[in-house]
Amino acid sequence: MSFIEVREISKVYRLGDISVNALSSVSVTIEKGEFASIMGPSGSGKSTFMNILGCLDIPSGGTYRLEGMDVGNLGRDELAAIRNKKIGFVFQGFNLLSRTSALENVELPLLYDGMPGGERRKRAIAALRSVGLEERADHHPNQLSGGQQQRVAIARALVNDAPIILADEPTGNLDTKTSAEIMELFTKLNVESNITVILVTHEAEIAAYSRRIIKFLDGRILSDERTDRL
Amino acid sequence: MINVASALRISIRALRVNKMRSALTMLGIIIGVGAVIAMLAVGTGASEKIAQQISSIGSNLLMVLPGATTAGGVRMGAGTQSTLTLGDAESIQRECPAVSDVAPILSGIAQVVYGNLNWSTGITGTTPGMMAVRDWKLSAGRPFTEQDVKSATKVCLLGQTVVDNLFGGLDPVNQIVRIKKIPFTVVGVLESKGQTPTGQDQDDTIYVPVTTAQKKLFGTAFPGMIRLIMVKAKSTEDLTAAEKQITELLRQRHRIGQKQENDFTVRNLTQMMQAAEQSSKVMTLLLGAIASVSLVVGGIGIMNIMLVSVTERTREIGIRMAVGAKSWDIRMQFIIEAVTLSFIGGIIGIITGISASALLSMLAGWPTIISPLSILLAFCFAGMVGLSFGFYPAYKASLLNPIDALRYE
Repeated sequence: MSFIEVREISKVYRLGDISVNALSSVSVTIEKGEFASIMGPSGSGKSTFMNILGCLDIPSGGTYRLEGMDVGNLGRDELAAIRNKKIGFVFQGFNLLSRTSALENVELPLLYDGMPGGERRKRAIAALRSVGLEERADHHPNQLSGGQQQRVAIARALVNDAPIILADEPTGNLDTKTSAEIMELFTKLNVESNITVILVTHEAEIAAYSRRIIKFLDGRILSDERTDRL
Repeated sequence: MINVASALRISIRALRVNKMRSALTMLGIIIGVGAVIAMLAVGTGASEKIAQQISSIGSNLLMVLPGATTAGGVRMGAGTQSTLTLGDAESIQRECPAVSDVAPILSGIAQVVYGNLNWSTGITGTTPGMMAVRDWKLSAGRPFTEQDVKSATKVCLLGQTVVDNLFGGLDPVNQIVRIKKIPFTVVGVLESKGQTPTGQDQDDTIYVPVTTAQKKLFGTAFPGMIRLIMVKAKSTEDLTAAEKQITELLRQRHRIGQKQENDFTVRNLTQMMQAAEQSSKVMTLLLGAIASVSLVVGGIGIMNIMLVSVTERTREIGIRMAVGAKSWDIRMQFIIEAVTLSFIGGIIGIITGISASALLSMLAGWPTIISPLSILLAFCFAGMVGLSFGFYPAYKASLLNPIDALRYE
């Protein structure tokens, strides 16, 4: 049993009379502790694939097993529970709640897990410490730089001890130096905490941090190569 | 699942972000709750006043009036025929078990003179039973007695208005007044009762023994004639029985055949008064209902703003869903927001309603009564409005697709 097992999944969008095959017959397995990049030009289906992996979207066909559980048969709230406990998201646009402190942003997954306030706070501070932003806990997103905001988002992804981090172009809005810092953080989490990191990118330098590169084209997997870390 | 305290904190923060908008939305509820409370206070005040006036007339009353005369085929209405006698009154008292007190009445208008002052007022010839029938007490002196009635003594009881007009500050008891130039000794003063529901001054009256009125003041077309009989039943439950007993008794006494119509009418005064009280209660309900329409309109305002808020915060909803918020978590967040709006609006509305009622009774002189029940009612109604009008936007938010919500610009 693989950690993530995707078999023959497809995704069809209907735009009026035309149906678009965003994914057709994609099969991949990813083991626990892998660090994989998903690459491809825009419209190649990489983001759709990522959304399905993240239980934000459901495939039109095929099966997706996460730790052996068939995700395709789950309802809205069960998918929400999986996102809450197993998956941490990092987005290109950070997606932090404005007018809400860094600490409270990080607490958010724990809030929906029903954790009491005291413990929630303790764990959120620990997560912020692990990304080096403990002293910025009370800052609001608009008082933080892009790199800092992305680190808050990473802390939010870590806080509930999710075994998977899904990052959709996490460095897309960041400069080169900050991008490198963020990627080193992912590498550290992958190596030290054995967190499975899957990231979508179209930059080769970013993909180079990972040990496996899956390339998408026109909704299909073009290549799937394991690489040595730089 | 998120706990309620956290959801409440999130909602309050969201409301504080758009202070002006929240305040304006609340205004609808404030006006609604305020209007409901003020209208109910005015209505309750009015029916309370009517109830007070009714109890001043006396409770469990029946009125026996003579029948209608018929002049050339035109029936002249109840009371135009003179068929009742003192004997009728006495036998009602004697023979109807459901009756507790009886007061025959022969009345007229006459001029009263004391010293150099005069006053025209209604003179009521009656028996001591009148005091019990009308639940009327004396503020000074003594009532006249059965003996006074038997011997047609020239004694009288004065109403407070008559006392005020003839005596100024003097004590009228044992003074002599002249009614139609006949000297009467004032034996007592009737306690003030104020106005009837129809606005008549009940204190503008003089009571004399009925026999004295018959023989010395007004005269009678036939011996023992009286104008009407007032009857007090033993209890409210006995009213119908008393009405029936009196009808049977009088038909027998007046020798009315099986197929003939009554030559008298028995009126249930209490029922009429209760009807008046009932109608004022209906009025209160009506006022409250009209006011609650504005509360519903306030609710629509809440719904409107919540829908706008859901659209504006689509991305926030997406983020919350991505990190694991379930449908119920999102729903609860928006419902709590709506209910918080209506609750705060409700509290301010209660204060507004109480102040408005106080202002109304101060400026317009309307009696207002704020019952705790009306406050509770308005408050709960406001909460219900928030809940029901907040539900749809909350439900809509919870059905968003996380991916679409996240991508919403």
